[in-house]
Amino acid sequence: MGDLSRPTTESVERSLDSSLESVDHAEDLAVGLARRAGFDEEDLMKIGLAVRESMVNAVVHGNRYNANKKVRFSASMNQSRFTVRIADEGEGFDYVNLPDPLTPENLLRTSGRGIFLIRSFMDEFHARRMEPAGTEVTLVKFAVSK
Amino acid sequence: MSVKLSTRQVGDVSVVDVAGRITLGEGSSALRETLRDMVSKGQKKILLNLGDVSYIDSSGIGELVSGFTTVTNSGGQLKLLNLNKRVKDLLQITKLYTVFDVHEDEAGAIRSFA
Repeated sequence: MGDLSRPTTESVERSLDSSLESVDHAEDLAVGLARRAGFDEEDLMKIGLAVRESMVNAVVHGNRYNANKKVRFSASMNQSRFTVRIADEGEGFDYVNLPDPLTPENLLRTSGRGIFLIRSFMDEFHARRMEPAGTEVTLVKFAVSK
Repeated sequence: MSVKLSTRQVGDVSVVDVAGRITLGEGSSALRETLRDMVSKGQKKILLNLGDVSYIDSSGIGELVSGFTTVTNSGGQLKLLNLNKRVKDLLQITKLYTVFDVHEDEAGAIRSFA
């Protein structure tokens, strides 16, 4: 849980290459901003992993490492709301009809846990298709639990 | 720092000491290659010591599952040792904690191999 005694308004925005280095960079940016906003280590871990998983989806599944496509990353802290937006330029991803990774038949699958972890670790998760192409996800963590 | 893997033999158990990050890319592929190599050499009792793993993501979890399946399908056993809170929490919320045989002390883990 974050420290409300340190209300912060700060934001960062980047256009990132479709590479694994960008995944690390985005995670560092988000965790750095969240740390300055007063989130504790437990929440920083959750935010970092959620951003990492979202960036991997954008780079690997969205843009498919295409050097001509960018990932738009932004993070902001406003009052008690920490928001991260990550948008790729890919063909879109069905975030609705995902297999449940907790069911017995899926438990030993080697993939398919990323979105589940994001939903588990953040207070809000939204995904929307963009025109003409791409998917934007929005992750929200509150400094005070809802 | 990415992942660092070192292997040692304790009796008939192969212990893999894993340190660093098991994430998409070099970290998870190194773990996959090490386990496949051990299975191809006929090693049946493998203990993964994750005590110095600082970070794991969904790809790393997938590699643990893949390793478990690979070793089990070859007639062997793969067990986990020294999970830190972060790794333990991730395995618990993904319901994988009960899939793996998890140990907190090496001697007990070695003895547990049939």
